[in-house]
Amino acid sequence: MTDAATEPILAVEHLSMRFGGLVAVDDLSFTARRGDITALIGPNGAGKTTVFNCITGFYKPSVGMIRLTHADGTAYLLERLFDFRISKLARVSRTFQNIRLFAGMTALENLMVAQHNPLMLASGLTFLGMLGFASFTHAERAAVDHARYWLDRIGLIERADDPAGALPYGAQRRLEIARAMCADPVLLCLDEPAAGLNARESGELNELLMFIRAEHDVSILLIEHDMSVVMEISDHIVVLDYGLKIADGGPDAVRDDPKVIAAYLGVHDEEIDEAHAEVGL
Amino acid sequence: MSVLSDQSTARCLGFVTALKRALLSALIAFGLFSLLIGIRTDTGPTGALVLSGRPEALAIIVGLVFAGAFVRELVIGERSIALTQFVPPALLARAQVLGKFVGLALLGFAILLPIVFYHDRYLLDLGIMILTYVMLGWGLNIVVGLAGLLDLGYVAFYAVGAYSYALLAENIGFSFWLCLPLAGILASFWGILLGFPVLRLRGDYLAIVTLAFGEIIRLVLINWQSLTHGPDGITGVPRPSFFGLPFNNDDGSFAHTFGLEWSPLHRIVFLYYVILVLALVTNLVTIRLRRLPIGRAWEALREDEIACRSLGINTTNTKLTAFAMGAMFAGFAGSFFATRQGFISPESFTFTESALVLAIVVLGGMGSQIGVAVAAAVMLGGFEFFREFAQFRMLVFGLAMVTIMIWRPRGLVATRTPSIFLRQRRDIDAELVRRARTKTWSWRRARHD
Repeated sequence: MTDAATEPILAVEHLSMRFGGLVAVDDLSFTARRGDITALIGPNGAGKTTVFNCITGFYKPSVGMIRLTHADGTAYLLERLFDFRISKLARVSRTFQNIRLFAGMTALENLMVAQHNPLMLASGLTFLGMLGFASFTHAERAAVDHARYWLDRIGLIERADDPAGALPYGAQRRLEIARAMCADPVLLCLDEPAAGLNARESGELNELLMFIRAEHDVSILLIEHDMSVVMEISDHIVVLDYGLKIADGGPDAVRDDPKVIAAYLGVHDEEIDEAHAEVGL
Repeated sequence: MSVLSDQSTARCLGFVTALKRALLSALIAFGLFSLLIGIRTDTGPTGALVLSGRPEALAIIVGLVFAGAFVRELVIGERSIALTQFVPPALLARAQVLGKFVGLALLGFAILLPIVFYHDRYLLDLGIMILTYVMLGWGLNIVVGLAGLLDLGYVAFYAVGAYSYALLAENIGFSFWLCLPLAGILASFWGILLGFPVLRLRGDYLAIVTLAFGEIIRLVLINWQSLTHGPDGITGVPRPSFFGLPFNNDDGSFAHTFGLEWSPLHRIVFLYYVILVLALVTNLVTIRLRRLPIGRAWEALREDEIACRSLGINTTNTKLTAFAMGAMFAGFAGSFFATRQGFISPESFTFTESALVLAIVVLGGMGSQIGVAVAAAVMLGGFEFFREFAQFRMLVFGLAMVTIMIWRPRGLVATRTPSIFLRQRRDIDAELVRRARTKTWSWRRARHD
């Protein structure tokens, strides 16, 4: 048996996702190491969110294998798990590109819903809770304390009793991350957490993510367009373009990769001329 | 100075816009009704049809449309003049304080009603009927208001409850008190049975399937002659007893045991308190469930199903429990209905009943317990009140619905109370809360989008 601690937390192998004739992700393989922040970047429409949806069970991949290994060595094949079990058993939680908070519920309620499964057990599948058993009351108090810890951490303790939909945009982003953390994940998947944030807010986001990695035993998988976030905090970057992996490595290596630069910035006119000359146009 | 003049210009502008729109509405009404109402055909002296005009009826209708549109524009139009502007804030604050005691006051009234109006049989019967619908409304509120699943076939579970009791009593001889829990269990079983195939559906599609389910149950009841006696219904459903003491004039009856003079009102008052207790149990269970993880999961499901799944919530089970709980209370109410009427037939379980209960939930404000109770009282009480104007009853009912949808598109109680709080419980405005059908249910919102 391999040593679980050195095993990558997430191994994606030959992942392809087709929608009819459209190949959104084409034979993608990469790994995310335990405790790392792994970033998935690429131009718009590169297939990043599709990869996320495959990992978190919202899509069933056409081909490929996604293996998640816990620190104790238990491995889960995510492509075979039914959606909510990926969060419940494999402990992968995610945020969404367009924020999906429970807008009509308070910030505190949002974090309580995230602790549904342990609370459900503590309430004896509702029956003991209905009768007001002390074990449930204790569990609920612990859950509130946990939520309070996260609200404090994201600076929203003052607004705990405000509806999530009424919070400012940046606060909603942070609350969604806190909610994902309350579900007690080993892998946290963040879909563009810095989208729409100003410079100060994305600085705060960096701090929050660094804090999560340092203080909680969580690995992070990140989709991001904001390069200041990506380059500052990522340990490992995977670059996608048109569903294909074009680069994979540390921030410095990726930054200087000509293919990545070409994908993001396009290429110079001279280079197009050279290419045309090569094929004899 | 400039602030004041700004305000008065805005108000002036509001009036002008409202006037313009009201004129337009009146014009459209004139176009529509000039042929519908303005002209009528009579049989002339020779037997031929004769055209005659009714200008005064037309003028009244157009005038009403004009006035209605004008007021509507002023109150809720784009340049509306806020009505709260005219109400002193002190009065508003006092009304809010009083609002907290409305529930208790209503409860006190409901408890005292049979004592105060003991001899008013009509009022007691009306009270029993209203409480039955309050209970049904609270039951449906779990499915529609909390879990956000639009159920148009709720009456099916009511029917299952009623027939469960009637058939168990007729064929096996079970008593009401034994059948009450059984009817609830059977109804929730049917709720789960219906829940399974329709779990993948949402919004309008779910509504259609539940509507069909309601009809299926009714048609089975009509056609399964050997079991249900078809359209003839089941007669002689046993009446409930008071801990084994029947309500009649024999020895060993309720009146004899307690040394009272026998009166048919005893049973009515007893039935009144039975349904009051049943309704209160429904309410208390719902309030309690809302504060448990399952209740929060229901509300989260209404808010965002995809987010629920990403947090590891089993949405299938969550929906099924909502269906089962709602159905169970309908089953209780159904068996109560059977024992009160003493006679049930499929006629009692038509789609109109489902629509009425749903209307109560929507009018009350989805998810609000007190709102549902008030809506049930207002609607059924209103029905009775307008009984004299038999012809116009449905017209008034429709008009009232339209008025409420314009005036309070989110129901009478348009706030949601959080299930848990850290420092202070503050009600949440309904604009933020999602509803069973999310797409353009409120046209006011749709217009702003």
